[in-house]
Amino acid sequence: MLTLSLILCPIVAAIAVLFSSRETARITALVGTLVELALAAHAFYYFTANADFQYGFDYAWLFNATDGKSGIRFSGAIDGISLLPVVLTGLVTPLIVLSTFKQTYDRANSFYALILFMQSALMGVFVARDGFLFYLFFEAALIPIYFLAAMWGGENRVKVTFKFFVYTIFGSLLMLVALVYLYANTPTTTTGVHSAAIADLYALNLSQAQQGWIFWAFFIAFAIKMPVFPFHTWQPDTYVESPTPATMLLAGIMLKMGVYGLIRLLLPIVPAGVDRWGSLAITLSIIGIVYGAIIAIRQRDMKRLIAYSSFSHVGLMAAGVFSRSEMGLQGSLIQMLAHGINVVGLFFIAELILQRTGTRQLDQLGGITRNTPKLTVYFMIILLGSVALPLTNGFVGEFLLLAGIYAYNHYLGLVAGLTIIFGAVYMLRMYQKSMFGTANTRTEAIADVSSSESYTLLVLCVFVFWMGLYPASFLKLTEPAVANLLQYIK
Amino acid sequence: MFPIVVLSISGIVLLFLGFLKSRAVLLPATLACLVIATVANFYDWNKTYVYFNDMLVINNLAMVFIGIVLLSAFMVVALSGSLLDDEDAQPAEYYAIMLFSLVGAIMMIGYENLLMLFVGIEILSVAMYILTGSDKRNLRSNEAALKYFLMGAFATGILLFGMALLYGATGTFTITGIGNAVNAMIKAQTSPLLLYVGMFMLLIGMLFKVSAAPFHFWTPDVYDGSPTLFTAFMSTVVKTAGFAALLRVLLVCFNASAVYGYWVQVLTIITVLTLVIANITAVYQASFKRMMAYSSISHAGYLLIGLVGLTQQSKSAIAFYSLAYSLSTISAFGILLLVVKSRPINDALVGNQATLTRPDESYEAFNGLARQNPVLGFVMTVAMLSLAGIPLTAGFWGKFMLFSTAVDKGLVWLLVVAVLMSAVGIYYYFRVVIAMYFREGHAETIRVAPFYRFVLIAATVLTIVLGVVPGLFQRLL
Repeated sequence: MLTLSLILCPIVAAIAVLFSSRETARITALVGTLVELALAAHAFYYFTANADFQYGFDYAWLFNATDGKSGIRFSGAIDGISLLPVVLTGLVTPLIVLSTFKQTYDRANSFYALILFMQSALMGVFVARDGFLFYLFFEAALIPIYFLAAMWGGENRVKVTFKFFVYTIFGSLLMLVALVYLYANTPTTTTGVHSAAIADLYALNLSQAQQGWIFWAFFIAFAIKMPVFPFHTWQPDTYVESPTPATMLLAGIMLKMGVYGLIRLLLPIVPAGVDRWGSLAITLSIIGIVYGAIIAIRQRDMKRLIAYSSFSHVGLMAAGVFSRSEMGLQGSLIQMLAHGINVVGLFFIAELILQRTGTRQLDQLGGITRNTPKLTVYFMIILLGSVALPLTNGFVGEFLLLAGIYAYNHYLGLVAGLTIIFGAVYMLRMYQKSMFGTANTRTEAIADVSSSESYTLLVLCVFVFWMGLYPASFLKLTEPAVANLLQYIK
Repeated sequence: MFPIVVLSISGIVLLFLGFLKSRAVLLPATLACLVIATVANFYDWNKTYVYFNDMLVINNLAMVFIGIVLLSAFMVVALSGSLLDDEDAQPAEYYAIMLFSLVGAIMMIGYENLLMLFVGIEILSVAMYILTGSDKRNLRSNEAALKYFLMGAFATGILLFGMALLYGATGTFTITGIGNAVNAMIKAQTSPLLLYVGMFMLLIGMLFKVSAAPFHFWTPDVYDGSPTLFTAFMSTVVKTAGFAALLRVLLVCFNASAVYGYWVQVLTIITVLTLVIANITAVYQASFKRMMAYSSISHAGYLLIGLVGLTQQSKSAIAFYSLAYSLSTISAFGILLLVVKSRPINDALVGNQATLTRPDESYEAFNGLARQNPVLGFVMTVAMLSLAGIPLTAGFWGKFMLFSTAVDKGLVWLLVVAVLMSAVGIYYYFRVVIAMYFREGHAETIRVAPFYRFVLIAATVLTIVLGVVPGLFQRLL
């Protein structure tokens, strides 16, 4: 039941936001997301470290016309694999809402309600135990983010977000084809109807050729969402044109839907397909890592730079998943959480600087450190987290991921390892160009972070260190589920 | 049978109500008649009745289809307030014709004898010809009516010829009788040419009515030319009744696997043609109304998938999809009516005398609509999402059910085609959403009558409820 309330709580809050006054909308939204955070924290704290699904719900949903039996069920639960994305969604959304407190948005009610609807859909994706429920939330998440980006975004928003929308929905439709096909192939012997329960999809015995097709349908769907090279062309423009809260949702949580989908659906349902095509998928992912990093080095717009860094990092997660080792999977799970925290922090700081100086262009910035001791420290901590310095959260994830990829193939591991060097180059370059150097007219009078902004950054920094210093508190919860999943794959 | 009686009598009563000075009584009276008919319809629930010496057989499936048709009619009538303000219009006659046409639709849904099917189609079609041409001073409306009538009469001829041939092959007009005769022929391993030619002519006649490609050429012009209100009526009622009729004849007469193998090949080609032609052409339309005409053809294509994958599941799939499609289509046309009424006639479009009264029905007419009218924007968005088959709307589950029948028959490639075409559909449905939310224009707030607003919101809520809890409807069947 806890899982169901994780899905319903944001919807209730969203409706409350829609009916509250313009001034109280943000407060209502914050309260709603904090309640949701409490629920997620409860789930995290009382989670038993085994491979079972916990806090579940299960209802009949779609009926069979002839005998009234239900093959598609409204069911969800949390296991070790979904726990970290759930925690991420619960944690990051209130921070995103909090980060908007200095801004006033036109039609604020709709703005916050859409964020909350988005959160509900994201939670739904991460807890779904039925293939169609997963698909439903996977696409439902697209609607609010599309409106967020296209209504409150930058100049080119309509064109850019429409490309994003059509692109991602095309991918999802491929997944729908795969799911309908799998559904029709599930045996009807035990229950009398086809079943779309993810566990039943795992148990399918598909031929090599069938698995190949299904692999591509799933892979393209998730690859567009993450995005993996060469399906990334929608991403940088969309991230840049979206309002920053929407960018945070996109980069912080939504791309994790793709990684999660790979782990939850792709690997266990079509293991033979992954055998056949996995090496190609991992190669594409690693091309994305290097390609994204090289482009990031050349960027002058902070937001665009972070967008490309996110593209590069997600390639590493995808590659880790396809390494199909315990280290790779564990690494991608913890990296999902770590990357979500870091990238939200980075986008937030880029937005702070934009609000104070009116620009995100690195060559127009500089000398910010003098007036802003707090911002300097927060920015540094989050930056070090994303360049994967030891003792920060990024290190744990990237180390495990690289170890997993290295075990899969030494050469690929070495190329993927470039991410650490490149990451340091573009991140430190961004920091140096924006924070150090001589101040100009734009940056001399810059104000330090305010208290509400400070809360957001502080929480993020706490997680950077917590995950860096004691990752076992997360990894031990995911381990049994990952070990269980690996049995399906092998 | 009860709804037929109710609708026939109330149609005549309405004609006489037209003599009254006050037109205000017409709308509530028509709505009341429709409500009574709906109640009368479900009076027979869970029983199967045979009426008029085996002419009609009403079962639960038929009652559900009749319910959908009556609901569509109720919504269209509820949105027809503007008729009462129009000096040139004769609302009493229009309402009476609509009610009479529903009698035809009910016959098409519940027929047991092919003659009844023919009579039903004719009652419905003749009523449609009149309604199409009801804007009698508008040249386009006249053109549409004439075109519809000529093409429709031709199709009816083919249909009738098909029935005659079927009678020649089997010696009966009742569909159960034809079904038995077909089974007997298969057992005897004869395959009379007469039967197959008759079957295909019957199907062609009916596919014309539901505007499947390549029999769809009349649709865009007719839908575009006729008054928007009646476009909404015919794109929902005729389609639902037409598919109910097709479903019944295929299930009862031609469901044996040997015969299925014959027609399914043809029907598959028609389905693919319909989907591809309609969706690709819709992309290039500048007028919203014309786009909706092509969209209606494309939905005929999706519904045909349910017939290609003919199983017991097809019944609930087609019924569910018809309902989802009707709700969204009528909402969309309802908004179009409001938008067109609120805007001055676009002078740029005026070319000659005939087009002088042509309103602006392009996508641009919707620019900025949602900013001043958030409720209307939301209603339209949900309608478009449902037509595009996006999850959490009824349209998604409708598509899913139809697609899964095809996959059950092993037609995965058909599923792929249909899904690709849905992706194309998203493009043109979202043009409206983009115009409403992200383009500048339309500063004024549109005034909407409370009941009008209520109907639109109710349709939207129902679309979402069915999208979240599809089991509600499925339990009916």
